[in-house]
Amino acid sequence: MPELKLKTNLRDPDSFYANLLAMHDGLSKAESDALNARLILILANHIGDEQVLARALHLAAEAAPDQSAH
Amino acid sequence: MNKIFEIPLYPYARHPDQDATTPVQHKVIIIGAGPVGLAAAIDLAQRDVPVLVLDDNDRVSFGSRAICFSKRTLEILDRLGCGDVNVETGVTWNTGRVFFNEREIYTFNLLPEEGHKRPAFINLQQYYFEQFLFERVQQLVEEGKPIEIRGRNRVEAIGAHPDHVRLEIETPEGPYELHAEWLIACDGANSPTRRMMGLDFVGRVFEDNFLIADVIMKADFPTERWFWFDPPFNRGQSALLHRQPDNVWRIDLQLGWDIDREAEKRPERVIPRLKAMLGEDVEFDLEWVSIYTFQCRRMERFRHGRVIFAGDAAHQVSPFGARGANSGLQDVDNLCWKLAMVLEGQAPVRLLDSYDWERVYGADENILNSTRSTDFITPKSEMSQIFRDAVLDLAARHEFARPLVNSGRLSVPCVYDDGPLNTDDISNTLPARTRPGAPVEDAPLGEGWLIDALGEGFTLLAIDTACPQDVTLEGVALTTLSVGAKDNPLLGARYLGAQPHAVYLVRPDQHIAARWAEYNEEAVSASLKRATARA
Repeated sequence: MPELKLKTNLRDPDSFYANLLAMHDGLSKAESDALNARLILILANHIGDEQVLARALHLAAEAAPDQSAH
Repeated sequence: MNKIFEIPLYPYARHPDQDATTPVQHKVIIIGAGPVGLAAAIDLAQRDVPVLVLDDNDRVSFGSRAICFSKRTLEILDRLGCGDVNVETGVTWNTGRVFFNEREIYTFNLLPEEGHKRPAFINLQQYYFEQFLFERVQQLVEEGKPIEIRGRNRVEAIGAHPDHVRLEIETPEGPYELHAEWLIACDGANSPTRRMMGLDFVGRVFEDNFLIADVIMKADFPTERWFWFDPPFNRGQSALLHRQPDNVWRIDLQLGWDIDREAEKRPERVIPRLKAMLGEDVEFDLEWVSIYTFQCRRMERFRHGRVIFAGDAAHQVSPFGARGANSGLQDVDNLCWKLAMVLEGQAPVRLLDSYDWERVYGADENILNSTRSTDFITPKSEMSQIFRDAVLDLAARHEFARPLVNSGRLSVPCVYDDGPLNTDDISNTLPARTRPGAPVEDAPLGEGWLIDALGEGFTLLAIDTACPQDVTLEGVALTTLSVGAKDNPLLGARYLGAQPHAVYLVRPDQHIAARWAEYNEEAVSASLKRATARA
């Protein structure tokens, strides 16, 4: 059964990050939000596996900054 | 010409029951002569259960209302003896088009699989549907079946007792009382029965208004379901166009929450909206205009002693998905054979608890689906709007995003997985689609159809294996249907898969109760006991 990868899986993290940000250059907040939403949907479909996606949703929610800890 | 909904079909007439000194007792009384009440009456009368329908009106309902009737509903109508007239009058459609903003983003086909008697859907005004059921009632009356409708008999009070239900009824000539062994409440979403009994009806209210307009026009729109998200003629909202018989078109426009409902219904407001949608030059007449809001909710239990709730009285959904009237017909299908067996002493009263289990399960499935459709169609937060629009933008270009588009998940029959009447499926090598709990899958059989060959009671369907003819087991008479897969390959594919032979036990409502590789009297008896709540 596939598992959500939590070890480094990007061969060139810096260039991916730069490409991600470059896509948002010059976009309004609304355009950026729409772009992010489309990207999430494309990646989710690529992953496909329900358990991996459920785990990813959970981890994303869990990693929100803890308001009380500051 | 008068429209059918303007004609009293069952006008008030005085009945000797009104002059009786003590209340007359009836076996089954049904409140409400809508689609669900009439279908229940027909089903019971066909099973020779005496049934009386009380309706506060005397004619079919006004306006088109429910318009999409599903394949399973048509199969139930076939069993009730009025499938053909509905299908012949209705409009059959398979194609849906989805638009976003100013462009068409994709087309879908409901892809009716080959080898079924009935299409995936027909569109038909509810008043026709009710008229054809009423005509079937008249036919049964002529055949001497124990069925009666009393118009303008409004139930004013209900007394639930352990062995009967007492009804106080108001008529144009004053009140009278009746007793019923069993009462079926089919009196709609605002069910007076539910209110009189002080029963719950909880769920979620959606803060939105929808304008429904039925227009008569000679237009060359194709016979398809067209759905718009955020169209130029109804900014920020949705719209639906659907064809019905007689050049009547259903138009459904989302209006939002903060509107003046009375003002929006006036022709001077409605007509410009429709012109913007249909084009300035299209000529049309308004037949019916209504504004509705909706809720997704159900009763906690559908059976309260001797009072049983069915249809919208028991559960309510949003209209997206055609899950209202279609689920009501499935309630009837599920309930009537059980009630008939209980009344004939062939099954204990607790068989009716399985109605509650199975149809609550069905209602939850419908509420889940229609709630999800509603959340997609009318996003309730900024982020749900962003994702909804992202799905639509992607769907225009990429096939993968199209299943995410939710303009209504159209009604499919409920599979009662893990239902209390099912026998565990020991052989998991037979096809999943015909597992216990599922409704039979139709297939061509000889010159006809499997769906028409099933018995009115329990049926043993034997495929390429020996099975005794029409046996009586556990006091229940079984109809045997022996068929060969070689001559009926689609039937073979749907019921055998890769296996050489099988026997299916089919309930009177055409749901599958059990299946085996071959006939075994002990196993069939045990399943029959289970399917009639005697195990």
